[in-house]
Amino acid sequence: MEFSEHIKTANVEDVVLRRPFHPPMQGTLCVTGHHLLFSNRDGDSSRLVLLLLRNIDAIEKRPSVSSGTITLKCKDLCVLQLDIPGMEECLNIARSIEYLSSLDIVSDMYPFFYRPLKLSLQDQWGLSSPEQNYAQMEELQDRWRLSHVNKDYSVCPSYPPAVIVPHSIDDETLVKVAKFRQGGRFPVLCYYHRKNGMVIMRSSQPLTGANRKRCREDELLLQAVIDGSGLGYIIDTRSNQQAQQARMTGGGFESKSSYSCWKRLHRQLERGKVLQESLIKLVEACGDHSHSVDRWLSKLENSKWLSHVHTALATAGLLAECVERDGHSVLVHGSEGTDATLLVSSLAQLILDPNTRTLDGFLGLLEREWLLAGHPFQHRCAHSAYSHARLRLEAPVFVLLLDCVWQLARQFPLAMGFSEPLLLRLAREVYASDYGTFLCNSDQERCAAGVKERTHCLFQFLLKPSEREHYSNPLYEPTELAIWPSIQPQSLQLWRGLFLRWTQHAVHLEKAQEELRNLVIECRGAS
Amino acid sequence: MEHIRTPKVEQVRLLDRFSNKSTSGTLHLTATHLIFVESNADGAQEIWILHHHIGSVEKLSLTTSGCPLVIQCRNFRVVHFVVQRERDCHDIYSSLLRLLRPVSYEELYAFSYNPKQNEQQREEGWQLIDLGAEFERMGVPCDQWQLTDVNRNYKICETYPRDLYVPITASKPIIVGSSKFRSKGRFPVLTYFYQEKKAAVCRCSQPLSGFSARCLEDESMLQAISKANHNSRFVYVMDTRPKLNAMANRAAGKGYENEDNYSNIRFQFVGIENIHVMRTSLQKLLEVVGTRSLSVNDYLLGLESSGWLRHVKAVVDAAIFLTKAVTVEGASVLVHCSDGWDRTAQVCSLGALLMDPFYRTIKGFMVLIEKDWISFGHKFADRCDQLDGDPKEVSPVFTQFLECVWQLTEQFPQAFEFNEWLLLQIHEHVHSCQYGNFLANNQRRREELQLKDRTHSLWAFLLSEGQNYLNPAYCHTYADSHPVLEPSTLPCHLKFWRNMYHQFDRSMHPSNRQLEDTIMKLEARLQKHGISPPPQTPRPPKDQRTLLNHTRPHSLILGAPLSLKEAQHQEEVGEEAKKCCSDTERTVEGSSGSERKESYGDLQGTYGANVEPAVVSLEFGVARMTC
Repeated sequence: MEFSEHIKTANVEDVVLRRPFHPPMQGTLCVTGHHLLFSNRDGDSSRLVLLLLRNIDAIEKRPSVSSGTITLKCKDLCVLQLDIPGMEECLNIARSIEYLSSLDIVSDMYPFFYRPLKLSLQDQWGLSSPEQNYAQMEELQDRWRLSHVNKDYSVCPSYPPAVIVPHSIDDETLVKVAKFRQGGRFPVLCYYHRKNGMVIMRSSQPLTGANRKRCREDELLLQAVIDGSGLGYIIDTRSNQQAQQARMTGGGFESKSSYSCWKRLHRQLERGKVLQESLIKLVEACGDHSHSVDRWLSKLENSKWLSHVHTALATAGLLAECVERDGHSVLVHGSEGTDATLLVSSLAQLILDPNTRTLDGFLGLLEREWLLAGHPFQHRCAHSAYSHARLRLEAPVFVLLLDCVWQLARQFPLAMGFSEPLLLRLAREVYASDYGTFLCNSDQERCAAGVKERTHCLFQFLLKPSEREHYSNPLYEPTELAIWPSIQPQSLQLWRGLFLRWTQHAVHLEKAQEELRNLVIECRGAS
Repeated sequence: MEHIRTPKVEQVRLLDRFSNKSTSGTLHLTATHLIFVESNADGAQEIWILHHHIGSVEKLSLTTSGCPLVIQCRNFRVVHFVVQRERDCHDIYSSLLRLLRPVSYEELYAFSYNPKQNEQQREEGWQLIDLGAEFERMGVPCDQWQLTDVNRNYKICETYPRDLYVPITASKPIIVGSSKFRSKGRFPVLTYFYQEKKAAVCRCSQPLSGFSARCLEDESMLQAISKANHNSRFVYVMDTRPKLNAMANRAAGKGYENEDNYSNIRFQFVGIENIHVMRTSLQKLLEVVGTRSLSVNDYLLGLESSGWLRHVKAVVDAAIFLTKAVTVEGASVLVHCSDGWDRTAQVCSLGALLMDPFYRTIKGFMVLIEKDWISFGHKFADRCDQLDGDPKEVSPVFTQFLECVWQLTEQFPQAFEFNEWLLLQIHEHVHSCQYGNFLANNQRRREELQLKDRTHSLWAFLLSEGQNYLNPAYCHTYADSHPVLEPSTLPCHLKFWRNMYHQFDRSMHPSNRQLEDTIMKLEARLQKHGISPPPQTPRPPKDQRTLLNHTRPHSLILGAPLSLKEAQHQEEVGEEAKKCCSDTERTVEGSSGSERKESYGDLQGTYGANVEPAVVSLEFGVARMTC
């Protein structure tokens, strides 16, 4: 496709750019297929500001007779302003930005055009395959097998080609189970607790429907999971009432009579629109610079964001507790099993498993539990908090995960091998990226679009020696122990680094953090 | 001790206030402390509570398991004991009631506290802070400001120090006249001199202006202050009260300066609420954060309705106003409230902290407190309830000041030489009455009590372990680039000070064995650096134990930006931290019924509508499930 037909005015001189932390800058604005380019030549030195159009969430234009002002609200929550001479030019540029920032054909997106010198498309894409993951976990191999039943994505379109299931369950059974679970997401293993051999499974809701349908194979599979211990927990990420209501639309839950060895625990996690609106309200509150403490606190409360953080951590804590302290296996699901389910299962793994707390391990966890497990990134992250577009499938589940991880890292500053800048980088990349990692909604779609052949992999890039340094936590001290977070409201904090990043004051803190980091690295070097 | 009827009670249970966890042990009552010793054989936890720290004791109604006794401390520790026999409980209760209400200063701990120092060391301790030298550092006396001896015998103002600095042109009759026109005789005097612009920060109490009274001497006094500064034609008069309060005072013959009577003043209200509002506000805040199973929404709403952060903001805003007037406009400022010893102390000291990097060092911070709080007569005895007094006089004004400083340290991590732990320690000892510094209401009374001869100085103790209070992020050159701090008071930058208000709530901090692990690793790392962790402190004599028994809050470590901080704190964490680690270890591994409640299953009530059998069984850690 030709982008140029959407660019009526490609260049404007004497534009003034206003952005946080910098004095206004005058220079030339240039619109390309994927970027806004702003350059300013000041004597010998020239400065270049490059903005990915995909990063723009909302655009507001105020044209006047001879000029116009465009306000760009970005998905990374930064707000920029362009003063453009000439009303015509202003409108043209606004129109181009509006169109080009919301392309929805995957292969038109920038990652397919990004070709930095240092990276090669021949480099490995992704960190590890399901096969490699399975091969690494020798302990579980006598009871669990790797099934390729989904090798052509026909059984479950949102699952990867290979998944781990109980040894005693054959592929035929799996196909039948898949028909009984929404979207074909039959229960698969996502975590094996070495200490006691208990596991975390995840799936979508069973399609019991109004007349309480049963599925023999599904019951068999779950029975096989708890063969040794005889008992298991199901953590349903919906309230009991929501689960009951789901039966009316064909969904449902595992009833006591059919799954006698499983105990259901309901914890209501918000998702979808509620979560998106929460983010919108929070960002709005953070942007309100009126000086009333009461107003701020009531807006913060009203956004409910910290409540969502609290519920997610509490549920993950409960899950980890079932596995570690009670010694039972757990199945997690909500309805589709692609949002809250993944949130809870990955947080629980961070609490329990030291391997997921290293930089490599954490990215590996995200790959397994979010990318391969089929979190619909493209739908969820189409827009962020500023967009005026009608809400469709957007939901900041992944941002909520990052916030919860940040809370964990804040409570346990030595336990994580990665640093806050990594979380901030991920929060940005998930909405707008040079890399293909977060494109599409599932592994299947990514393969079909050729993402793995024609784009670069963010995770691989972040692990390059040059980047690794920046994203590692210099304080990291590996510990084998579980990290149990405090979830009292007094222990939770607003993630300033993300939500208040662009307030004037963040500069002091960022500078201090940077210097502290250097100090620690220096000390380490000396020892 | 005649007040102690039962010195020891066994089989007392200590309940955690946020979970259903409990430990049992023995309660000892000594002349100075209430001590709880856990009856766990190894690594038994001990809690030492100084009687002076106890704010209130409450005996709740008898339950089947015993008689509950709830003790609230001024350092925000809350302990909940259950004593088996009601008689024992009553004995302890009535002993404590008597012990925590000393009637004379001589009963206070400072007079019996003996840290095994010789007389010379003790005297040196008192000489560490020299306010005369401090005014010299600021450049006073100078051609415009001089030391006056009018208050040499505390005759003019008994709540002021002896040494006062006034404009050269303010003659004795002017001073005397002005002091008669000011509440409690607290006439305008210099508290900080901004050398760069020759601008002065002065303080006083409200004028006795009523609706129309004037005082020519007072007007001349302000004129003299104004004249002493050639940079500005006028002097700001900051009344730190809300306008309404100041107007109400006029009816009582007090009030505020009439701009028409004073030439060259600019009058400004800044609206900080009075001590009663602050007391109620903090009480509300503590009620909210003391609630069990508090939801995030109730927490935020409670934070809002307590108004505490709003008040903190008002104080910082006032200090910013003062700082701008002095450093940007180069104008002198006169600050007052009603009596000029609460809000005035807050604003003057916080303003000086923003203007002068010296006050952001450990020593400088002590000087600042000594000058603006101790010497200028903040009524520590009344505000901190040192002797059995009027409960209406009690107010957390100084705590609030410390919190404002903490908020600043959070905003400027590199600007302060000291860390949060110093603030917490000072707060601890303002209430402990263990050192002489904060006893009584003013210098005159302190001299009468001969505190310098009979007690020890806190500053000496804190400086002797100064390395514990170093902020690793402190940057010496920061002051060059940022001599004046410009904090943000956007509400989103104000935080709840968990380490102050939940310092002693272990269940509030992330619990796990990781802490122990971390400490061992840090010790190893320290050794690599050639620093050997200090030998385990030999058991100190009983009366010194309090110091060591202040459990360092976990979160200070866990919330710290840096492990360096921990490394530097290693000595202090030492034994105590290990103790609590072994304690938490039990918590993690244990699965006894009572401990179970602490788990995440506990939250059931908040989020799930109905209590399901499954959850109940999980809460109680029943391994077998009955389906």
